[in-house]
Amino acid sequence: MSPLLARVDGRARIAIIVLIAVAILVPVLALATPPRSAFHMPPYLVALFGKYLCFALLAGALDLVWGYCGILSLGHGAFFALGGYAMGMYLMRQIGTRGVYADPILPDFMVFLNYKALPYTWWGFNHFPYALLMVVLVPGLLAFAFGWLAFRSRVTGVYLSIITQAMTYALLLAFFRNDMGFGGNNGLTDFKDILGFNVQSDATRASLFAITAIILAATLLIAQLIVTSKFGKVLIAIRDAESRTRFIGYRVENYKLAVFTLSAVLAGIAGALYVPQVGIINPSEFAPTNSIEAVIWVAIGGRGTLVGAALGAVLVNWGKTYFTGALPEYWLFALGLLFILVTLFLPQGIVGVISRRRTIPGKDVEEGKVDSADVPAPAR
Amino acid sequence: MRVCKLTALLLLVLCLCGGFIPKAHAQSLDDALAGFTTDDYSDTDKAITDLAASGNPRAADIIGALQEGRLYFNGDAKKVYIKDKSGALQEAATGAGATGISADDLQPVRLNNRLRRTVDAAIGGLTLLSKDPGKRFDAAQSVFKSREESALPTLEAAIAQESDPRIKRALNEARAAILASKADVAENVRVGAIDTIRGRGDQDALGLLSGIAASSEGPVRNAAQAGMSAIRAKIALWNNLQNVWYGLSLGSVLLLAAIGLAITFGVMGIINMAHGEMVMIGAYTTFVVQEYIRSHNPALFGMSLFIAIPLAFVVTGMIGIAIERSIIRFLYGRPLETLLATFGLSLILQQAVRTIFGANNREVGAPAFMSGTFDFGGLAITYGRMWIIVFAIIVFIALQLVLRLTPFGLRMRAVTQNRRMASAMGIDTNRIDALAFGLGSGIAGMAGVALSQIDNVSPNLGQSYIIDSFMVVVFGGVGNLWGTLVAAMTLGVANKFLEPFAGAVLGKIVLLIFIILFIQKRPRGLFALKGRAVEA
Repeated sequence: MSPLLARVDGRARIAIIVLIAVAILVPVLALATPPRSAFHMPPYLVALFGKYLCFALLAGALDLVWGYCGILSLGHGAFFALGGYAMGMYLMRQIGTRGVYADPILPDFMVFLNYKALPYTWWGFNHFPYALLMVVLVPGLLAFAFGWLAFRSRVTGVYLSIITQAMTYALLLAFFRNDMGFGGNNGLTDFKDILGFNVQSDATRASLFAITAIILAATLLIAQLIVTSKFGKVLIAIRDAESRTRFIGYRVENYKLAVFTLSAVLAGIAGALYVPQVGIINPSEFAPTNSIEAVIWVAIGGRGTLVGAALGAVLVNWGKTYFTGALPEYWLFALGLLFILVTLFLPQGIVGVISRRRTIPGKDVEEGKVDSADVPAPAR
Repeated sequence: MRVCKLTALLLLVLCLCGGFIPKAHAQSLDDALAGFTTDDYSDTDKAITDLAASGNPRAADIIGALQEGRLYFNGDAKKVYIKDKSGALQEAATGAGATGISADDLQPVRLNNRLRRTVDAAIGGLTLLSKDPGKRFDAAQSVFKSREESALPTLEAAIAQESDPRIKRALNEARAAILASKADVAENVRVGAIDTIRGRGDQDALGLLSGIAASSEGPVRNAAQAGMSAIRAKIALWNNLQNVWYGLSLGSVLLLAAIGLAITFGVMGIINMAHGEMVMIGAYTTFVVQEYIRSHNPALFGMSLFIAIPLAFVVTGMIGIAIERSIIRFLYGRPLETLLATFGLSLILQQAVRTIFGANNREVGAPAFMSGTFDFGGLAITYGRMWIIVFAIIVFIALQLVLRLTPFGLRMRAVTQNRRMASAMGIDTNRIDALAFGLGSGIAGMAGVALSQIDNVSPNLGQSYIIDSFMVVVFGGVGNLWGTLVAAMTLGVANKFLEPFAGAVLGKIVLLIFIILFIQKRPRGLFALKGRAVEA
């Protein structure tokens, strides 16, 4: 274990320890303290922080492809939403006869739309393991098929970004359709139970939070191991000089495909954790702007740092919660400015700046070089 | 002697032509009216039909009175009277006030249901002779649909005196409709009539022919079926043409939205996510111009678009140059960062417009020349859409001319092809970048003026076009305006042809998937720039 642990740098260690600590502390504060106590954590805050951690997981997944392999995906929101839908379908099946129409099999919206039988896409979702399998499999397979096509054809740079955006846009339109059988624009909501526990109860919320924190910690650990492995070094080589890596003899497309698929699976898991905590999943999760917002979390936190991406997600979303509550008019101004200022002045993100100040050797990736291999237009 | 004879003959002919007809009218009117005085339904029926066919100007009044139960007769005097709305009596034949007769001596002309239908048809038929061409045309159309046999004599009278070719054709078609559906007409007449109906070639004709085909035998049935397939083919053709037209219309909108993007992407290799917001600002410029005109000089409203177009170009062009100078020039060589920064910018611009103008849709009016429709063959064409296509083409040509013929265009092309060499040749590439970005943004602004006419002017206007614009540019290939044109029109037409089969949303999804797959096959688009410039 020790040579493996040695590959986890200080930053990641701190993050993992903090995550494990909150995974223990938050449920204690939420459940074991009296409501009047100064240390008591109200349930809505638990759900809110749980949501942030899901976003952090999504940001980590995105950082794996963008920060380490130079693939700017503007469609990771789609994988997130697909994972969420898979979990949402399980939760819908658990409602059973407690729905408005009290149909033992069909969810309410299907009864409303005159479905006679359960569509085959919904079969098996009453079993939790099957739903978990789908959470992993659906985003994974989509990413695999998409990446298999795109990377073999050497679609790179902005083109890849645009077609990933087209993918999530197409899914957005598809899921808005009622005849897709996924609830149309209302999506899936009104969940009751998860594994027999009430989704709304404080204990379930706290447990979900703890699970999310631990999964995020585990993901950071595994991702850290991946990017410091030989495989990860090749990824970085691809990011910095794709053609050169190919000429050296690496099958660039296979590496890209592997990391893209893995990243999509992680995004799907993030979505699956997100849905029971916010209580709804609808097609707007597929909106291209959501995916772009996820990219900015990574950029603000620091791309290619994993921990920074997660931190960026939490910080931006915390800011969003604050702004939309206090100054709703100015949230988009603030977010837009963040986009511009970070890309102009903080290309390494928050963590990058901190790291540079501490001058960790071998960590400063040349700004200009990062994307030069992907520039579609005239070289300068 | 010969001259005398000839003159006599001529006179005779003139008498026959000129004198005979009015006389016939008078006679037939009296004869027809006599039918009302026998108190017999079949006589009344004949009287109505004769009256309607007489072409007499009194006929409409008399039959109208009959319909409303105001027609009376005196059986002994064989006279027919109309009781007008005030209760006074008129002589039916002349319309003059009737004297020396009291209402007690009169009986109403009675009607039963069969007769009421005859009356209705006769009134329909009589408008065939109306002085108003529009009414005549409508009457012919309604007879075509009702195929009321009793209208046939009136119809023939109307055909004989009709001079407007359009109405005459409609009348002939109505006559053919009656003849073709009558089982007791000679076969060759029916077949001839079916040919006339086939010439009409619309949905009504198709329905009529399918009715005839179902209820007839032999040559008539064959003719009807042949006619049906001919009409179906014709309708299908027009439907296809209509789809092509809609597709071109959508394509021109896509072209307007994407062409500016094609310039910035082609020249600078950057994706401007705030491009849609330039379109939106152009639309709001139109709104502001119209508001100003409304409050200061309403007479100029018809010109508002012509004022808005250059203004939008200048406003958005200036904003574009400002963006390039303040943000984008620091990010050259980092296209993905540019994408993010311009996305942030688009959020700011959207929110700024929302703060200034409000989140609701703004009302942008259409000048007179943009509203209304006209028919072209089987196509219904709206003026607004047509002018937008024309505008898109003008913008495209103007842009080509700027790029081909002006020094600025020459420098821009040089920078596109080889930036370093262009720079070495003394071209100020920074200036060209700024101007090119301004040009692309300005065109987006002009597109916004056009889009304000067909879409909701809201802060989200740009967002709904940005992804489509990307698709067009990527599909068409970078650095080639013809590629953008072909891609926009192809996607527009394909979209409209997919819609009937798949529905609007599914059609769009199919196209998105198609483009995703297409990019695999040709990663640099339909018309890729060849050469080293495109290699990374």
